[in-house]
Amino acid sequence: MTASGTALRPFAPPAAKAPRELTPLLLLPAIAMLVLMFLVPMVLFFVRTFMEFPGSNADFVVQAGDLLFSQPYLTALATTNWIALTVTATVLLIGYPIAYYLATATGPSVSVVVLSIVLPYLTSLIVRTFSWMVLLGEHGLINDGLRAVSLIAAPLTLMYNRLGVLIGMSYVLLPYMVLTLYAAMRGIDAAILRAAASLGASGFYTFRRVYFPLSLHGVLSGALIVYILSIGYFITPALMGGQHDIMIAMLIDRELEVAVDWPAAALMSLSLLVVTLGLYAAYYRVTDVRRLIGAR
Amino acid sequence: MVRQPGQGQCGVVEVDTDLAVPGEAAAAVAEFVSPAAATPRGGAVELRGLTKRYGDDTVVDAIAVSIAPGEFFSLLGPSGSGKTTTLMMVAGFVRPDSGAVLLDGADIAAVPPQRRGFGMVFQNYAIFPHLSVFENIAFPLRARRWAKDAVATRVGWALDLVRLGRFGDRHPHQLSGGQQQRVALARAIVFHPPLVLMDEPLGALDKNLRFEMQVEIKEIQQRLGMTVLYVTHDQEEAMSMSDRIAIMNHGRIDQVGTPGEVYERPANPFVGRFLGEANLIEGTVAVQSGDAARLLLPAGQELRAPGGGGFGDGQGMLFIRPERIEIRPGTVAAGDPRHNVLAGRIRRCSFLGNIRRYAVDIDGTAPVTVDLQNATSGAPLPVGATVVLRWPVADSLILPAEL
Repeated sequence: MTASGTALRPFAPPAAKAPRELTPLLLLPAIAMLVLMFLVPMVLFFVRTFMEFPGSNADFVVQAGDLLFSQPYLTALATTNWIALTVTATVLLIGYPIAYYLATATGPSVSVVVLSIVLPYLTSLIVRTFSWMVLLGEHGLINDGLRAVSLIAAPLTLMYNRLGVLIGMSYVLLPYMVLTLYAAMRGIDAAILRAAASLGASGFYTFRRVYFPLSLHGVLSGALIVYILSIGYFITPALMGGQHDIMIAMLIDRELEVAVDWPAAALMSLSLLVVTLGLYAAYYRVTDVRRLIGAR
Repeated sequence: MVRQPGQGQCGVVEVDTDLAVPGEAAAAVAEFVSPAAATPRGGAVELRGLTKRYGDDTVVDAIAVSIAPGEFFSLLGPSGSGKTTTLMMVAGFVRPDSGAVLLDGADIAAVPPQRRGFGMVFQNYAIFPHLSVFENIAFPLRARRWAKDAVATRVGWALDLVRLGRFGDRHPHQLSGGQQQRVALARAIVFHPPLVLMDEPLGALDKNLRFEMQVEIKEIQQRLGMTVLYVTHDQEEAMSMSDRIAIMNHGRIDQVGTPGEVYERPANPFVGRFLGEANLIEGTVAVQSGDAARLLLPAGQELRAPGGGGFGDGQGMLFIRPERIEIRPGTVAAGDPRHNVLAGRIRRCSFLGNIRRYAVDIDGTAPVTVDLQNATSGAPLPVGATVVLRWPVADSLILPAEL
């Protein structure tokens, strides 16, 4: 009996371990999908457009330089950056109080707020953008409402300009900010806030010296993710922006669809991709992604 | 009522935090502490019928306690006995359903936690992870808008007091658990609160460090003359540090007394058992005449105890601590009016280092535990040996049977 017991023992740990060693295999379908449907087409797009470039290498560098320093590109770059920064700031200002409320309040109202933030997240982006257009249009709900109570005489231009882009994008990107901030705020130990109160700190002093500094990495993460998503934005500025609100993604689309200049589109895409990856690297450094999704 | 440093009787000695040498540190502490600070600075606490319910569950049930200024008072009890809830009501974080907390005679129900001015030490330290040790300790002073120089001086004093003189620039994650606990302690006393509340402050430390910190906390408390309300579930910790202990069970205080009183004269079997190993020998309280009570065991043996418990005839228990019982091989000889004697047989012997613990089978009742100092004994008594247990009647106590 004892002999067979000890003889069996060496086999037990590998048997228990085996599933663990095999768990990475579970990622295989996801990785295969990413590679086949994202990585391969992207690389092919870049390689083919550059291979098909007619001139010499020197010509390519000169033309690339011309493109990247051309007025439309630089203007789009500035516009994109300005819109992304403004959207990030707006979303942070609106999102921080919401996240703070979610992280501190209790009771059924919390689920209502969470639902109202997450639910639009799950509906189509185009549907949401069009619903904003219904609200903001010249004869939209807001203008009609304000005119009905005689607050304004002529309709306000809320759409087909920079303001429309900002409103639409801020709304769409708000959940990313709120959920990132919420995750960071939930990580703040309630005992620490109690300690601050017990040491004589007022609510505002505690917020200024303790709560806000401890939520700062969430602010940074949220700002980075919103900025990253903003600079590649296409649909909302295309539908709600004016003719001067050309963002990089729209420029790329125009090169592909209108000018049919694939090398130019590829070059702009590449520049956008490099910036995005750089920012994502920064995001990864400041954010513990595993903690964000609640893993231990 | 903000105490300003450098005024009043407590002089302030300039101490450079980083360069402080032990001599200077000691001088700084001595200067600060004597003579005014060593006398209690108020901090009398009275709990009057304090009650807290969560739904149908009465967590704290009408407890009443009076704590003197400068007293080290512990709330001791198992988890769920309501001791932390009581502490949180004193701190102001939990609103009592009824009853009052009085500080130096004044009801503080309307005072929010940040204005109560109590120091507080939490179990998981709760130190600010983003602030240096210095800034952690300076926090209560800065919240009170102290001048920069005064903050530096006072924080230096507190750092020296908890022997962290050169750690001011460190960040909490660079400190060990014991050092973090010292920071939490320094932060809670740096503004000279009349009352310091401690919620299982040593629970996360290992045993040796815990003992070291017990001594340190007690010394600081005595030097500064502050009132401490201390919550713990560790009976040794409560006994070694406290002036008085309140033993809590199911939201009520079962007994209040000095460590000696509650250990030697427990009010009921729960208190007896909670404070350490206890023998509770069940039987019938047969006769109570004058100041003597008798307990009759089911198998016919008779034990005696001093009376005065005031229990009527009926089921009862005789309480005796294991270390009070003598054990020797042999059988029961002639009666001895001043001692209880029981015949038994050794069932088990456990070696615990400083003591040897015997479990002795007695006819008609549960085994009796006997602790023998390791120093006195030679070879241990063998399992199965017939022995006689003997202890003074005066050390015995009749307790009511558990309901």
